[in-house]
Amino acid sequence: MSEAIISLRNVAKRYTRGKQSVEVLQGLNLDIAKGEFVALMGPSGSGKTTLLNLIGGLDTPTSGEITVAGQRLDRLGSGGLARWRANHVGFVFQFYNLMPMLSAQRNVELPLLLTHLSAAQRKANAQAALTLVGIADRAKHKPNELSGGQAQRVAIARALVADPTLLVCDEPTGDLDRKSADDVLHLLQMLNRDHGKSIVVVTHDPKAAEFAGRQLHMDKGALLEAGTLA
Amino acid sequence: MKYFPLIWATLWRKKTRTIFTLLSVVIAFLLFGVLETIDYAFANPSSGITGADKLITTNKYSITLPLHFADAQQIRSVPGVAEVTWITWFGGYYQESKNFVFALPVDTDTYFNVHKNEFVVSDGQMQAYRNTRTGALVNVALMKKFGWKVGDKVPLHSTIWTQKKDGSLDWTFDIIGSYDVKDPTQAGAQASNFLFHYELFDEGRSYGKGQVHWFEERVGDPSQASAISNRIDALFANSPNETKTQPADDFTMAFVKQFGDIGFVLRAILGAVFFALLFLTGNTMMQSVRERIPELAVLKTLGFGDGKVLGLVLAESLLLCAIAAAIGLALSFAALPIIKMGLQGVQLSPKALIPGIGAAVLLALIVGMPPALRAMRLNIVDALADKR
Repeated sequence: MSEAIISLRNVAKRYTRGKQSVEVLQGLNLDIAKGEFVALMGPSGSGKTTLLNLIGGLDTPTSGEITVAGQRLDRLGSGGLARWRANHVGFVFQFYNLMPMLSAQRNVELPLLLTHLSAAQRKANAQAALTLVGIADRAKHKPNELSGGQAQRVAIARALVADPTLLVCDEPTGDLDRKSADDVLHLLQMLNRDHGKSIVVVTHDPKAAEFAGRQLHMDKGALLEAGTLA
Repeated sequence: MKYFPLIWATLWRKKTRTIFTLLSVVIAFLLFGVLETIDYAFANPSSGITGADKLITTNKYSITLPLHFADAQQIRSVPGVAEVTWITWFGGYYQESKNFVFALPVDTDTYFNVHKNEFVVSDGQMQAYRNTRTGALVNVALMKKFGWKVGDKVPLHSTIWTQKKDGSLDWTFDIIGSYDVKDPTQAGAQASNFLFHYELFDEGRSYGKGQVHWFEERVGDPSQASAISNRIDALFANSPNETKTQPADDFTMAFVKQFGDIGFVLRAILGAVFFALLFLTGNTMMQSVRERIPELAVLKTLGFGDGKVLGLVLAESLLLCAIAAAIGLALSFAALPIIKMGLQGVQLSPKALIPGIGAAVLLALIVGMPPALRAMRLNIVDALADKR
C-alpha cells in the first residue's frame, strides 16, 4: 500500500442556513496516495467542491477525521489552517482568481510574501514558476492582457511557487476552450509525472478526467466506489 | 515593507474613485490645517509686548471703559513699578476698512522706556520723530505692505475719534521713520503697528480728553509682578474707575476673546467637515472591500491569516489618509502667508499642523476598521462560492 497523503475517515459536513440544515457529505472515507493525480467527478450538488474545500483546508468537517500531509486538519483553527495552507497546498480555480491590478509576476509572488525570502529571491522563484508553466514571456502582463489559457497558467504558477505538497484544482478547465483546456491538463499531468505533485481535480468534463490516474465519482454526498487505497 | 506593492496596487485598483476620495480628504485636511492654524493663533496670542516684566492695567469691567491719564502718576508711585505708559485705542484704517492699521497714540518717552530694547529704530529717525508733532513711526512690515516711504503724508480714518477742529474722522500723519522688532516671535503681532504722538491725539480729539484705555507697566522684578498687580489695583479699589492689572499675555487673551469663542466655532466647523468625511470615505472603503471580496478570499486561500488581511485593509486606509493628509497639510502650510494677509497682527505657527497627523491616523482607523473587520471575518467558502 502506497503512503496516503490524504486520508478521510467518516467525514460528514452539514451546512445550516437559518432553520434549514443540509447534509452535504455523509460518512465519507477516502485515501489518496502521495503523487497521485485524482479526478473527482459527479453532478452539481454532489459534494465535490465541499470535499475539495475540506482537503484543501478551506473548511472544516462537521464530524470525522481529515489528515492531509500528516496534519489532522479537523483539529486546526482558522489561524492554523491558514499557516498549513501556506505551506502545503496550492489552489487553482475555474476563473483563475488572479489579482487584476497586479502583473503575472506579482500574482505569482503573492504566496511568497508569507515566507522569509528576500525580494530578489521571491522574484527569481516567481520567474522560475512562470518558466515551468511556459509563460515567462508574459510576466509583466496584467490578467486582463492574458488569454484564459495564459491566465490559468499564471494561476498554476502561483499555486506551485511555494512548492506545495498538494495541488487542488476546482474545474481548472471549466472556462477554457478545448485546446487551452488540453494544454492546462497536460501541464498538470507533467507536474504530477515529472515533479511528483499530488493533484486533486474537480471536473465535470470526462475528457479532463482522463488525464487523471484515478477517477472518483460522487453523488448525493457520497463516493460511488471505494475511495480507500488498494 | 514587502506588502507595500500589494497595498499600493490595491489602493489604485479603481483610479478615478481613489483620486476623488483622495481629493475630498485633501480638501478636508487643507481646511483642517487652515482652521487649526487660526485656532492656534487665537489660543496662543502674541501680545506684541515681550517679557514677563510687563503688566497691563485696564478698567476692571471692560477695556472699552476709560481710565484717567492722571492715574499714571499714582501707578508710577507703586513700589516695584519701573515705568508706566498709557495707550488709547484709535481704531484706524487706511483708505478702506479692510486695511486695518493698529494705530496707537503713545507718549514717546514713557512708551519707549517701558519697551526698552524691544525696537530697532535709528537714532536720527527717533530724534526726528520727537521733533515732529504730526510724525509717525511705522513698523517696517506695514510700510512694505502699503508701499509707504519716510516722508509720506498718510491719512488714517478712525472709527472712533472725531477731530475737535472739524469733526472729521480722518487724521493725517507724516511718516518720520520706521522700526522693526528685535524678537522675531513678535514680528507678526507688531506687523500692523503705527505709533504717533499722544499729545497730538489728546489735544486734537473732540471728546474724551485725558482718557486712556489702558496702562502698560514695566516692573523691576518680574517675580514680584503678581504682588505689584495687586498693589496697583488696590490703589483704585472702591473708586469710580476700579482697575484690573494682569500680565500682558493674559490681557491679550482676554482681548482676543472679545471676538467670541473662536476655538469653539472653528472646532464646530471642523467637526462637521470630518463627520461628513467619515461617511464619504467610510462608504468608499466599504464599497471597495465589497468589490474585492473574492480577491480577499483568494488571499486567505493562499494562507494569509485573518490578522494579515485585517492589516492589509487597514494599511490601505492609513496610506490613503496619510497621503491625503500630507498633501492637505502641505497646502495649508503653503497658504500661511495668505492667511497672514487676512489676519493682520495674529501670529501663525506651523506647530498648529501637528494635530493633523493624529487626525489622519484617527480618520484612517475609524474609516478603515469596519471594512477591515469585515475582510478579517470573511468566510473563504462563502466568498468563493460566487466566483471560483
